[in-house]
Amino acid sequence: MKNRTIKVDYLARVEGEGALFVRVKGDKVVETQLKIFEPPRFFEAFLRGRKFTEAPDITARICGICPVAYQMSSIHAMEDICGVRVEGQLRALRRLLYCGEWIESHALHIYMLHAPDFLGYQDAIQMAKDHPEEVKRGLQLKKVGNDIVNLLGGREIHPINVKVGGFYKLPTKKEMQQLAERVRGARDASLETLHWVATFSFPNFEKDYEFVALRHPTEYPFNEGRLVSNKGLDIEIRQYDDHFVEEHVSHSNALHSTLKARGSYFVGPLARYSLNFDRFPANVQEAAREAGLGPTCSNPFKGIVVRAVETLYACEEALRIINEYETPEKAALDVQPQAGIGYGCTEAPRGILYHRYRNDDKGFIHDAKIVPPTSQNQKTIESDLRDFVAGHLDDSQDQLTWKLEQSIRNYDPCISCATHFLKLDIIRE
Amino acid sequence: MIVGKRTSQDLTSKILVIGVGNMFRSDDAAGYIVAHSLNARALPETTIIEESGEGAVLMESWKDVEAVVLVDAVSSGGKPGTVHRFDAHNDVIPSRFFRYSTHAFSVAEAVELARVMKRLPSKMIIYGIEGKNFQAGVGLSPEVQQSVPTVIQSIIQDVESFTAKGSMHA
Repeated sequence: MKNRTIKVDYLARVEGEGALFVRVKGDKVVETQLKIFEPPRFFEAFLRGRKFTEAPDITARICGICPVAYQMSSIHAMEDICGVRVEGQLRALRRLLYCGEWIESHALHIYMLHAPDFLGYQDAIQMAKDHPEEVKRGLQLKKVGNDIVNLLGGREIHPINVKVGGFYKLPTKKEMQQLAERVRGARDASLETLHWVATFSFPNFEKDYEFVALRHPTEYPFNEGRLVSNKGLDIEIRQYDDHFVEEHVSHSNALHSTLKARGSYFVGPLARYSLNFDRFPANVQEAAREAGLGPTCSNPFKGIVVRAVETLYACEEALRIINEYETPEKAALDVQPQAGIGYGCTEAPRGILYHRYRNDDKGFIHDAKIVPPTSQNQKTIESDLRDFVAGHLDDSQDQLTWKLEQSIRNYDPCISCATHFLKLDIIRE
Repeated sequence: MIVGKRTSQDLTSKILVIGVGNMFRSDDAAGYIVAHSLNARALPETTIIEESGEGAVLMESWKDVEAVVLVDAVSSGGKPGTVHRFDAHNDVIPSRFFRYSTHAFSVAEAVELARVMKRLPSKMIIYGIEGKNFQAGVGLSPEVQQSVPTVIQSIIQDVESFTAKGSMHA
């Protein structure tokens, strides 16, 4: 029986910072805790007393990686309160903006954060020495995502052109045509990306997750749909609080979300993919199959392949929207404040992002609730790490630490949304 | 001088000053605040922008300029308010220095990746202002606030040295 302690102070290549604590006694994993240190409710408090029209710009500041998701969930919730429905080209432009964010976020994760794990490099900088062309392709792909967000959002980080009811300023047809040129290049790059990541080796690790994602009657989901799971959940977004609960756990300042009926669940690319494969166009389905995926995927290590499929889809969908673009008459619908409670849930790159607001008749926010995808996945991450450690107890300290860091990166946790600090402690008794 | 987001029309500036930070993370706003304060001053041939610190965007931002000054808050365990100054061509930027960014691929990684890919601007100075509090919130700690004018003054000198006769390419 080995008594060992592994301690890693800082877990790199994860968005934000947190801490992982693993305690191993003999040949048993007795404890895994993903620790979160940051008081998570600053923004919810900050929003109280603000006008409903300020929510998109304030919430966009929560995360530098997925500001569009925060904006989209907040505007849908506000439009829900005000009884407004945005349709047609304005709705399509919102999808296009979301395509940009997925491309940016997925390209960053695939190339800069996750690929080095599979190829055995310490980080993307070391990887770039041997694989400069791949890194260039990743940067190029990410830039096209930035270009989309820049055109529609006004700037890449914390877009400021989105408002309740639509946009402040609309793109011209000429601008959209120029964008199309670049997106076509990105589509090719995303297909090459998919072929590339499909060649990686993946540990044999599958679990019977409860996947939760949006599902729309015809589209692969971004902004709208019902909340569904592979274990029977099928609800309206406004019923979220009836089915999900946030729990305080002693080792973390963030709240853990669970399904009241069944406990932990899993959101994000794997969930979206496994619940919505039939919503991809035929060519994307075919590309996924060629990359070795079936219509569902329960191996979190293959998340990198699923992200590449979603990046390809985002490029295809962006091109479709750009090609069908006709400048709307108005950049935004007129939205008058109303009293009430509104709900919004959209598919951030890392999974469903739920917002709920209660406003008064002047449009001031009295109460805000925000549930980011990473806090919804935390319980699943802890449970997966526990299972993973149990299966790799014979590994050396370094090997196990490396694999655990890689495992955490499978989920692309955006801990900056939920927290700030990530340390890794493995204690063997 | 051009303030704010650069567009393809204003690539004529040879010098770029980048303020990196997050205004909702207390001392992490230091880089933003320096950039804002500089906005009021006339710096020749200079564009001033603010970024969240996402590395790929940073690399893109400096690809067509000759000289860059970047300022961000750091946490290296030093005394709050301490100003660190790096010349990217002489110093390796310690990645853990800038880890209080919300980004996994941030300032240090962008500089080092740019070095590997030969995409560093010909002159590049990086300021790190030692922060004290990086919790969600608004407003700088007094120690960090006190360092802001020092950094501004130093950046002005950097820009002047960049534009001194013969130091920039025509």
